[in-house]
Amino acid sequence: MQDILKEMADVVRDPFAYGRKLKADTGGKVVGYVCTYAPEEIILAAGAHPLRLFGTTGTIERADAHLQSYCCSLVRGVLEEGLKGGTDFLDGMVFPHTCDSIQRLSDLWRMNVTQGFHVDAVLPVKLDTQSARQYMIAVLHRFKNDLERELACSITDENLSKAIKLMNEIRLLLLRIYELRSDQPGLMTGDALYTIVKATMIIDRKRVREILQEVVAKMEVGKSSHTHTKRLLMAGGICNQPQIHDMIEAAGGAVIWDDFCTGSRYFETLVATDKNPITAIAERFLQRAVCPAKHAGLRNRAEDLIRMARERKAKGVIFLYLKFCDPHAFDYPYLKNALDQEGIPSLLLEVEDPLPAEGQLQTRFEAFLEML
Amino acid sequence: MTENTVNTEKDKRKIKAVKKMKEIMTFYYIDAKTAAENNKKVAWITSGGPVEPLIAMDIIPVYPENHGAMIGASKMGVDLCEKAEAMGYASDLCSYARSDISCATVNGGPIGGLPKPDMLICGNNICGTVLKWYEIQARYFNVPLFIFDTPFCHTAFYEEMRRYVRSQVDEYIEFLEKTAVRKLDRDRMEEVGRLSVAGQRMWQAVLDTTVNKPAPMSAFDAFFHLALIVTLRGTQTAVDYYQELLDEMNERVKDGIGAVPNERYRLLWDNLPIWYRTKWLSDKFAAHDACLVADTYTSAWCGSLRYMDENDFLNSMAEGYTRIYLNIGVDEMARTVCDMVDKYDVDGLVIHSNRSCKPYSLGQYDIQRIVEAKKGIPSLMIEADMCDERMFSESQIETRIEAFIEMLKHRNGR
Repeated sequence: MQDILKEMADVVRDPFAYGRKLKADTGGKVVGYVCTYAPEEIILAAGAHPLRLFGTTGTIERADAHLQSYCCSLVRGVLEEGLKGGTDFLDGMVFPHTCDSIQRLSDLWRMNVTQGFHVDAVLPVKLDTQSARQYMIAVLHRFKNDLERELACSITDENLSKAIKLMNEIRLLLLRIYELRSDQPGLMTGDALYTIVKATMIIDRKRVREILQEVVAKMEVGKSSHTHTKRLLMAGGICNQPQIHDMIEAAGGAVIWDDFCTGSRYFETLVATDKNPITAIAERFLQRAVCPAKHAGLRNRAEDLIRMARERKAKGVIFLYLKFCDPHAFDYPYLKNALDQEGIPSLLLEVEDPLPAEGQLQTRFEAFLEML
Repeated sequence: MTENTVNTEKDKRKIKAVKKMKEIMTFYYIDAKTAAENNKKVAWITSGGPVEPLIAMDIIPVYPENHGAMIGASKMGVDLCEKAEAMGYASDLCSYARSDISCATVNGGPIGGLPKPDMLICGNNICGTVLKWYEIQARYFNVPLFIFDTPFCHTAFYEEMRRYVRSQVDEYIEFLEKTAVRKLDRDRMEEVGRLSVAGQRMWQAVLDTTVNKPAPMSAFDAFFHLALIVTLRGTQTAVDYYQELLDEMNERVKDGIGAVPNERYRLLWDNLPIWYRTKWLSDKFAAHDACLVADTYTSAWCGSLRYMDENDFLNSMAEGYTRIYLNIGVDEMARTVCDMVDKYDVDGLVIHSNRSCKPYSLGQYDIQRIVEAKKGIPSLMIEADMCDERMFSESQIETRIEAFIEMLKHRNGR
């Protein structure tokens, strides 16, 4: 298990080194993406490898010439890596339409990062109508055509079905890992869990399937002696700060489920296998838990969160938001009030890469967990 | 110069139509605020939203963004924004949204709050913020929300986008008929469509008068006169008013009356106005004989005219409403700015980097570089916010304006 976790941690620490090596070893194509609305199955069916970008761990210098300080650190970080050549091994990038900042990131990438092709997938914002469904399907067909053109390949239904099967297996494995850990939080640290989720979005997906199978096998026979843990949910966008889990755990808690883009939103809901593959991929996007930049109803996000808290027996919720992330920030008061009404305490943390001095956050976690 | 001549000088430059405009807007707000008593329905709608079907159905459109501008102009933004922050909204969020959300709960602001909506119409062609904002208000007022989803045109407007938006036009009309319990009169709709296009043409014609030297009006005037093309687009009132304003501007052109007495530098403004400082900024620039002759903001309400067909309004509005200035790629925005630099023969670009508006502001550095390179004109960037005065640093901005004017002087050798 330690070996597997180390392999994954190494990849997460330097995803670009992994991407370069993968290309050198396989001679394959690598397509970068920035959020979970990227149709990975179509990229896989094109014989290419989808690799997610999470911003930068370095300082932001070049991106400052293109983006104001009130743009989130994820968008600034992704552009920084593009500009300084960290991503120069990518054959192309895909930008699914989500928030205003990612939307402008797509433009700025297209205009300033000359390496590789650039494709927009302008998904609908509204997901709960028939015409939006039709449009979603049309966008994915266009995306498929764009990839075929850029990668000079032909994407067959057969390959799409294979990719769907592979991704569904990965989703089920991640779900299983979450469930096993939810049963026994002591089986794995939060840091390890989120390393696994992120690494899944970077590593060759067939290799990931093997790794995840191994992880599940190990966890299924694992026993944790540690039982006294305050169970928490985490809700928000993306988390680039694994040390947050160490702090939570040091304070006596554990994140046992989440509504996160680098979490359950990546793996929840499967793609149907009994219909046209593109239609099936489109339908998953319409049905899965939404990013707040999308609309699938007025109260669904709060209802989902409350249901999740009940199902997973969580004692409290930590909202972990990236500073300047408007869609999440707008939803916060409504989600918090909904939780309050259900008697579920919550804590809001607005973070930026890098994190503030450790003591500060540690104290807030301790105070929150004491209250539970 | 005696005091008398100073006054005549000022009077000469006063735009006479302002009085009429104030009357129209007052009447409009009274009408909106008394809607319930008169058995009329009220729809809140975004500034870039498809208002014409509402007009055709006698539903009163109310614009929270126009309200936001009024809140900003009356310097009530900070108080309302702080109230929203106390409700849990982050201080980085759009100040229109923050002001409106808190205002709804206290009926504050310059007109004691907006009339309660019977429905909400959210067009996301201007930003993703309005989606979240209208979701919040739909929950608060417990009224139906229609989302007019206009896919972003990074590089193109595709056929599937047209189909999607066009089918939403029908869904929108169905939504209105259901909510207002009334059928849309198709003949009336056609008439409103024609008036909308006529109004947009007239507004463009008004803005075009500033190609003259001196410019008969400035962008600061345009910020004010904009209200009708936003709120009363599709009405005869708007067409008539802009005709009157156009006549007055043409008269001024004939008489050589400029908005700024000794117009020496012609500037182009980018982004929303800084509502609480329009007069301060206007005076600052005018003191240096600089006139902001055009802007990317007010022209957005007629910028997609080329896609609109007045004789086939419902079909063409799909494209017209989708391809507006903010719903296009940064490179196309830069091309638009370059075209405006040529059209209005501009000496410099003044960019408001507006913390409240990410789709408008992210990308401005690139636009700035492109325009400087292609047009060889200098630019000034002002970091501020349209409504939240706490983001305005007077001394810093003053210094930057002075330095910018010095540069203009130096470049133009005058």
